[in-house]
Amino acid sequence: MRSVYLWVPLALFAFFAGLAAYMLTQEKDQFVESTMIGQPLPEFALDPAYAGLPGAAKADFTGKPRLLNIWASWCLPCIAEAPQLEALQKQGVEIVGIAIRDRPEDVANFLAKYGNPYSRIGSDAISEVQLAIGSSGVPETFVIDGKGVIRYQHIGDIRESDVPKLLAELEKAR
Amino acid sequence: MIRFILAAIIALLALSVAAQDSMPPAPYAYNQLADPRLEAEASALMHTLRCLKCQSQSIADSDAPMAGDMRHQVRSRILAGESPDEIRRWLIARYGDYVSYEPEVSSTTWPLFVAPLLLLLVVGAVLLRRLGKRRSDAEGGDVA
Amino acid sequence: MIAEIGLAALWLAAALAVLQMVSGAAALRTGPAGEANPLAIYARPAAVVQAFLAVLAFLLLLRAFAITDLSLKLVASNSHSMKPLLYKLTGTWGNHEGSMLLWVGVLAASGGLLAGFEKRLPERTMGATLAVQGFVALGFYAFLLLASNPFERLPVPAAEGTGLNPLLQDIGLAIHPPTLYAGYVGLSVAFSLAMGALLTREVNPSFARVMRPWVLGAWVLLTLGITAGSYWAYYELGWGGWWFWDPVENASLMPWLAATALMHSVSVLAARDALRTWTIMLGVLAFSMSMLGTFLVRSGVLTSVHAFAVDPERGAFILGLLGLYIGGAFTIFALRAGAVAEGKRFAALSREGALVFNNVMLSAILAIVLLGTLYPLLTEAFDVRVSVGPPYFNPASAIFAIPMLLVMAVGPLLRWKSDKPARLQFELALIAALVIGVIALVSFFGRFPLLPLLGLGLAAALAVAALLPLKGRKLARVPVATWGMVLAHFGVAVSLFGMACEGAFSEEKLAAVAVGGTEQINDFAVMLDAVTPVAGPNWTAIEASLAVRQDGGEPVILTPQARNFWSPPQSTSESALLTKWNGQLYAVIGNQAEDGRWQIRIWWKPFVTFIWYGGLLIGLGGILAIAGRVKVDVTRRRAASKGDQRRADLEALGAVAPQPAE
Repeated sequence: MRSVYLWVPLALFAFFAGLAAYMLTQEKDQFVESTMIGQPLPEFALDPAYAGLPGAAKADFTGKPRLLNIWASWCLPCIAEAPQLEALQKQGVEIVGIAIRDRPEDVANFLAKYGNPYSRIGSDAISEVQLAIGSSGVPETFVIDGKGVIRYQHIGDIRESDVPKLLAELEKAR
Repeated sequence: MIRFILAAIIALLALSVAAQDSMPPAPYAYNQLADPRLEAEASALMHTLRCLKCQSQSIADSDAPMAGDMRHQVRSRILAGESPDEIRRWLIARYGDYVSYEPEVSSTTWPLFVAPLLLLLVVGAVLLRRLGKRRSDAEGGDVA
Repeated sequence: MIAEIGLAALWLAAALAVLQMVSGAAALRTGPAGEANPLAIYARPAAVVQAFLAVLAFLLLLRAFAITDLSLKLVASNSHSMKPLLYKLTGTWGNHEGSMLLWVGVLAASGGLLAGFEKRLPERTMGATLAVQGFVALGFYAFLLLASNPFERLPVPAAEGTGLNPLLQDIGLAIHPPTLYAGYVGLSVAFSLAMGALLTREVNPSFARVMRPWVLGAWVLLTLGITAGSYWAYYELGWGGWWFWDPVENASLMPWLAATALMHSVSVLAARDALRTWTIMLGVLAFSMSMLGTFLVRSGVLTSVHAFAVDPERGAFILGLLGLYIGGAFTIFALRAGAVAEGKRFAALSREGALVFNNVMLSAILAIVLLGTLYPLLTEAFDVRVSVGPPYFNPASAIFAIPMLLVMAVGPLLRWKSDKPARLQFELALIAALVIGVIALVSFFGRFPLLPLLGLGLAAALAVAALLPLKGRKLARVPVATWGMVLAHFGVAVSLFGMACEGAFSEEKLAAVAVGGTEQINDFAVMLDAVTPVAGPNWTAIEASLAVRQDGGEPVILTPQARNFWSPPQSTSESALLTKWNGQLYAVIGNQAEDGRWQIRIWWKPFVTFIWYGGLLIGLGGILAIAGRVKVDVTRRRAASKGDQRRADLEALGAVAPQPAE
């Protein structure tokens, strides 16, 4: 009887080692995903982030699927994804931006430098809407369907390879 | 070693702070509520919410701007009369169990609660085996 | 050239580790007539020479950092010529390769010490121990040489280094990692000894007496390392927290818990020849926990958003070593421990009984910490992310810590083997009265959280109970080791008191203050005098000058800083502390708001310093215990050699030798 107990430490250790070995082979998923997928957007109405475009509100998301892009002029990956947003816009996708903790002059400078794919940009100075939709960083891009329901979340900058996936998600949300 | 890696992680966090915006923090990010009772409620809650951008820190111990904005949410919602539990549920609805350090029994966390109970049983059994039985043989066999 | 010598020294040391292993194993095989195997004589010298080589390699790396030899990849990527010399030196172990070399250096040095000075063990057990030690060292040499060579050259020397993480440029970091490392490595010696004893079935008090100083030493170093680390996090991270239950912190706590249990268990084995299997088990467990900690920290399986110095390949290597050593050790344990004869028996109510109880409780706390630390890893295997933090660890570990602390108060008062509760009526009543009295008294003054409240009651009882073993004894004749125990237990009470006070009575003030403005916290009036830019050797900062008046007395100036380092570019906040006997005022300067006011954070933390004073007392207690044991040992050896001398003299005189008095 006693001898059975003596194997318990080894068994526990083997379990741990197996788990750890398995986890080492896994791609490390560092993202905190929003659990709001499938839920309607929360109510919000944000002031314009700069003088050039109108602000953003929940009411804007009606009729057709749109992209909701959480970004900021101070965020470096946002520069990297600018061409992809431009390409999406050229394919007829409407992109609503929410600028996090940003100043109007910085927003204007950013758009002048890296292009402006947005139809509207709301200013979220205290990350209020960002928190309300479960986004945990910039940039993030959400697919919102014509009824204002969140359908898909893309975390991080959009690479060229991500564009077809986003287009497919927009199509699915139609 | 242990500690300086933690440090490094937090330093990296500091780095991201440096590369962050220059906007002033949200009103309640670094300011307390005037009512000490409400502030105590908010503070207790903030210590049990995870800073999503940090490594193992609560939003009450972080300089990350997002942690500041979360503190603002907590304080302003407490001020608006929401209970700490409602705020926690609001955040869990958005970020999942990951955002809360407060253990809540759910389909993903139940083993955490079963384990201490099991451990109590194991501890009881071990002690009984090592100590309980020994006493009776000791009384008989000790004289020898 | 210097670097190449270092590398060569490492290869040679690795070769000697092989020799040590083979020769040590040979000691297990005696000839037909019981004579020692001729191969066995090489194990000790191999360990000693290996120690010199490994330490030499470390010193050479230290030199490379001191002179900022930028042709070395490690120096170029972790140092900077403009850094203060102290931080150039501490930068040696502020990175993966350097810290692994430090680890190996200490491992080899302690192996050398063991081989050079330990003469009490039977040669077979010693051989097995050195074989295991060589085997462990070999794995780490392989890791260093194959996967993390610290002496790697750059094809072209760098023009300038990239610098050391500014948070690591701190005196706390100069002491803390080497201390913890030495502690981990001390546990490796305990592990080798445990395996040696298990392999030769020599689990007995004389083995325990050999193991005890290593365990005590490792435990003292771990205690001091954790204490230093906690204080460092407290003042450096800028939010006044002193323990976060971060995986990285837990990785240092778990070996400490195991070592604490092991230390007590080995004392019982040495004094009473009981708890044989337990001691072996804990010896393996303690070292497993230090390896596990290294794995968790180095492999990156548990770090999330911000990974540092992590590399899955290195993680796989460490996991391989972990599997080899710990898996192997547990297998041998399972096969052999059944054959270890049961130790001496004892009643439940006895010193041994209390120690068993507390060892079980320590193991249970260890299990909780282990589970809480690994649980997120387990759920991530199913793509679910959860957070386990203080709200889980605190109550879950308290379930076991509270009974443990109560038994700890009584345990040292009990007699070995068996005792009667009636004998301790007064002491038990005193302890119970203190716990209940203090809790009632504190609750009378306000509502406080449960755990700090219990902590206060237990701390009071424990502080008094810790001194009770001295009651009725001539203080001058109390053995040094007993003083060590009293001091260490008293230190636990002090530390617990600090933690409970910090938890129950801390005050916090966050405010935006204009220059000239005043904030009140507790009985301190804090005025923001001025905010000025200052510059250091590799940083610039804004420094606030805070005039702190207690009860309208003379002002004391505190100068918290928000620092910006430029290589690498990072910002840190340097807190300023005003230490009083009854607590600390903790001040931090934040950003400037748009209206020109400054964000100031101030805490009054009553008795918070007691947390670390307690840690120091515990460590000091451990040092006294070692000193006491060594003293007894030296006296005994001297007496033994005198006795031999006398017997020899008597025989020379032709007289009948007297029976040795035992």
